[in-house]
Amino acid sequence: MNKAEILIIDDEEQIRRMLEITLRTNNYTITEAVNGNEGLIMASNHPPDLILLDLGLPDKGGLSVLQELRNWYTGPVIILSVQNSEEVIVSALDKGANDYLSKPFRTGELLARIRSALRTTIAEENEPVINSEDLQIDLMTRTVKKKGEFVKLTNTEYSLLAMFARNEGKVLTHHYLLRAVWGPGFINQSQYLRVFIAQIRKKIEDDPNRPEYLVTESGVGYRFIIKQMQ
Amino acid sequence: MTKRRQYLISLGLVLLAAAVCYGISAYLGYRVIAFILLLTVSLIAITFDILPVLASAALSAFIWDFFFIPPRFTFHVNNTEDIILLIMYFVIALISGVLTYKIRQMEKASRKKEEKATTLKLYDTLLNSLSHELRTPIATIIAATDNIQSGNVKLTQENKDELIAEIATASFRLNQQVENLLSMSRLESGFIKPKIKWYDISELVYETVKKIEENNITQKISININPNLPLIKTDKLLLEQILYNLVNNACLYTRYNAAIRITALLHTDILQLLVEDNGDGFPPEEIENVFDKFYRLKNSKAGGTGLGLSIVKGFVEVLKGNIRLENNSTGGAKFTISLPVETSYLKV
Repeated sequence: MNKAEILIIDDEEQIRRMLEITLRTNNYTITEAVNGNEGLIMASNHPPDLILLDLGLPDKGGLSVLQELRNWYTGPVIILSVQNSEEVIVSALDKGANDYLSKPFRTGELLARIRSALRTTIAEENEPVINSEDLQIDLMTRTVKKKGEFVKLTNTEYSLLAMFARNEGKVLTHHYLLRAVWGPGFINQSQYLRVFIAQIRKKIEDDPNRPEYLVTESGVGYRFIIKQMQ
Repeated sequence: MTKRRQYLISLGLVLLAAAVCYGISAYLGYRVIAFILLLTVSLIAITFDILPVLASAALSAFIWDFFFIPPRFTFHVNNTEDIILLIMYFVIALISGVLTYKIRQMEKASRKKEEKATTLKLYDTLLNSLSHELRTPIATIIAATDNIQSGNVKLTQENKDELIAEIATASFRLNQQVENLLSMSRLESGFIKPKIKWYDISELVYETVKKIEENNITQKISININPNLPLIKTDKLLLEQILYNLVNNACLYTRYNAAIRITALLHTDILQLLVEDNGDGFPPEEIENVFDKFYRLKNSKAGGTGLGLSIVKGFVEVLKGNIRLENNSTGGAKFTISLPVETSYLKV
């Protein structure tokens, strides 16, 4: 199994302990820092495979720690924040965080985020086919199949879906998607995104109102999740 | 009433009374006229502040002296009796002014005291229900963990799982109460600025319902939304919390397996959201109170702080809408929210 090293930067002892137990019992190696400066030093002395970074640190804001980290650290950073702070989360994601978790979070969520963050860094380009229970996306031939049937997508719909497929399990912000698919002039046109997401859902979801592949991350963006074949 | 107006009206009244008295001065003695003027000043004292009252007292004294005390049309007073009368007139006018002023100050003070008492009572209610609402889950968590840690050999794995499930429920409840408290304090601070963006109303409703269904409710929630509704501009967090509290309330206070229906309608630029259930509805005499802060139905079960619906109303008002509660024809509760919204039929 994996022995990936995770650095936890959080000032709350209880949260650190809880994370440590959860992650250690899931076969990760853990190091801990109690504030931003210590975290930066530890990360530079011995770069971990992934960093869990709390946004509410006492010495320097999590956002500035993130910025300093991103000057040289290319591994995944998952930020921990409190509920209803979408704006901070979005700006952290824009500043290079890979994903986020809002406290309180479920353990399952934590592990899923870590898994997908580690995966995207390992296998970014050599997996051109997404295969799940009833959905196949082939990025080489640009084809999408739902329950064995070809799905007709417009160019924009396909570009969006392909973007999601390449970032499976990872949150993509509204700004990121708008810039990548429509261009920098469109980053505030979130209504475009909503319309296209609704269209794609009609084509790939069993119930577009209760999406299982293309889920909404409230106030932040969307996340493409693949139901693993049993 | 402004100070200026008070002076104008009270002095005007003195002049009017004096003019009337002047008209009938042929039939009345000047001493009777003193009483009529005094009466006028006392009446003024009932309604106006102290300074205008004193001014009208002084004015009426001069008028009485000048126009009525013989020799008339001079300030001169001939006999000693009249001098005493004039001084007494002035003193009585002053006393009546000062007295009524004092009475009114006392009234004000007692009203303030009463208000303070009401606030205190409200605060007490809040503290009681809050400490109950927060302590119950905390007590559950502490007791359950103690139990698990006790090393009691009689504790089966099944027992332990039950205790752990209790801890999970308790922490969920705690989280929800804290959420409500934070919403309330945001509302109280008056600093809520809606962040208005484009949303798909049906996505927003389904997302909220999904959150509620994660609580393992027994009620069946159905959603009626025309899939062709346009995008609307609103504040997602506020609208989600409004819906969440209404539907969650319905889940908490209707029986096992009850039905809850959410409907969204658009009438040009008014978004109407209906949340209906087939429970027992609200007692009609309490409907007007249910949105009050800390108000709980007279026979409602333990738990709950009486904050949920007041937050709903507060948030609806932040979005410049209104909310109505009635019992529908079958007896269940029916909340109707109307919100003014901008819409966009973006076709792609």
